[in-house]
Amino acid sequence: MADSLLAIQGLSKSFGGLKAVQNVSLSVPEGSLTALIGPNGAGKTTLFALMSGFLKPDSGTVQFAGHDITGRAPHLNARDGMTRTFQIVQPFATQTVRDNIAVGAHLHLKDRRSALHQAEEVAARVGLSAQLDKPASDLTVAGRKRLELARALATKPRLLLLDEVLAGLNPQEIAEMIPVVRGIAQSGVTVLMIEHVMQAVMNLAQQVWVLAQGQLIAQGTPAEVTADEKVVEAYLGHGTAARLRAAALAGVEA
Amino acid sequence: MSIDRQGGAKQLAGIVLFVLLVASIPLATDSGVILNFVMMALYAALLAQAWNILGGFGGQFSFGHALFFGTGAYLQAIAQLHGGLNAWLALLLAVAGSAGVGVLVGALSFRYGLKGSYFALVTLAFAEVFRILALSVPFTGAGVGLMLPLRESFANMQFGSRKGYVYLVLALVTAALLVTWWLKHSRFGAYLQAVRDNEDAARAIGVSPFGVKLGAIALSGGFMGAGGAFYVQVFQYIDPGIAYGPGTSIEALVAAIVGGMGTVWGPVLGALVLHGLSDLTRNLFGQLPGINMVIYGVVLVLIVMFLPRGIAGLGATAQSLWYRLWQRRGGRCG
Repeated sequence: MADSLLAIQGLSKSFGGLKAVQNVSLSVPEGSLTALIGPNGAGKTTLFALMSGFLKPDSGTVQFAGHDITGRAPHLNARDGMTRTFQIVQPFATQTVRDNIAVGAHLHLKDRRSALHQAEEVAARVGLSAQLDKPASDLTVAGRKRLELARALATKPRLLLLDEVLAGLNPQEIAEMIPVVRGIAQSGVTVLMIEHVMQAVMNLAQQVWVLAQGQLIAQGTPAEVTADEKVVEAYLGHGTAARLRAAALAGVEA
Repeated sequence: MSIDRQGGAKQLAGIVLFVLLVASIPLATDSGVILNFVMMALYAALLAQAWNILGGFGGQFSFGHALFFGTGAYLQAIAQLHGGLNAWLALLLAVAGSAGVGVLVGALSFRYGLKGSYFALVTLAFAEVFRILALSVPFTGAGVGLMLPLRESFANMQFGSRKGYVYLVLALVTAALLVTWWLKHSRFGAYLQAVRDNEDAARAIGVSPFGVKLGAIALSGGFMGAGGAFYVQVFQYIDPGIAYGPGTSIEALVAAIVGGMGTVWGPVLGALVLHGLSDLTRNLFGQLPGINMVIYGVVLVLIVMFLPRGIAGLGATAQSLWYRLWQRRGGRCG
């Protein structure tokens, strides 16, 4: 695809005997908001690490904006416009929220004051304005997720890889976060997110890839993949789809 | 933002004030005891601040900073004795050389991702290797050491009174303070502290930990080398034990940790307090040799236990304690 910002081809990675990611290919169109879903241990985070350069694949290639970046160091990828967040939030705990975000802003701004100024703007976008001078370690889980997002956003990425920014949030916090993510995508940033919260995936994603046991088992719109039998079985166990269908039929007959 | 500009300017003003204050001491007194104390405290502050750049701001705990100290000291002595170099040029060479050794050791250990205790052990090992080398090669004077002939003059960086040395070491400490101030208010400093706090998160947003750490170890090594060069100029003698022995490494890191890592003033405060303490105990318990080290140890333990952020963090620690107390009382009332 000519208009894909990120394209991976036949990506595989094993840890000892565990095949974490097996022969996965997908391409993320520029300007899209897409999602990667799958049960726990499916290899989603490993796939992110392979894309962003934190891990080197055993085989396969990663292309970003038309260039082969397979196995290139993450900081170089970030400079080119691909930034990831972490599922387990990784704040610079001793520093304030402002300083945390400014580190991201420094990617394009050498001057300290400009970086701190931009940190304020980014904080406003994710709703952290009131917490700017707090140490990052004082934030709640929801606050830390926002910080993780803000720091990545401050690098002005072309592609943002969001690893479960909604995990651990309560329903109200999720409802607050969804517009933030949508706003980022609408500002022109291509977003690929790993997400367990299906409400968000259904709400946000234009396209979904489903990973199970390291393999890509389905792709399509959120409605298509949730109707896919393989996907249902991957989440709920083998034979579930048939049982559900039988139960539904029995219900109709009764 | 203006906040940073103000905060930065205030800290800068603090540094200027400190320099003026210390610079006025030699004008006010001729007391050898006081001048000697000021000189040695500033010298300890220089070593602590050097360690602080890599250990405090960069989170890379070196146990072998004597490596840079000794390299600076030997370069200062050898450049004058064997190279016939002017003492001031020798100082430049000593700083550059020890920074270079820093880059070398840093490149080796950071390239292979050595962190925490492994990095500490490797630096310790390097310092030991250099100590043994200095014992065996001829141009360091081997076990006998090197003696700098007494040639009092400004050009030779040898001063008739302690006052000259106070100004010399004050100049070096000022440079170190300005560098740490810069670390607080620059991209490089922000990157260095980001790498200290979370290397992976820093990488994800475009920071190269290798480059940043290499810069820090070069700066840190350079200042430590300046400390070594100063030592040679004051005592006009250096041997492998003094240069590369673990004593200097420990002195530097203890003062920085006690004072407050990753702060501008912590190492200065730490050096001052520890130096004052050891002088005081030595005078009070002179008949009991070693007791000053015991007291030194006790104070160290107390500070580590009760002031996790060091002396410089005293304000913040007190504030959070007060806040907790205040909250508890508020909870009881409500």
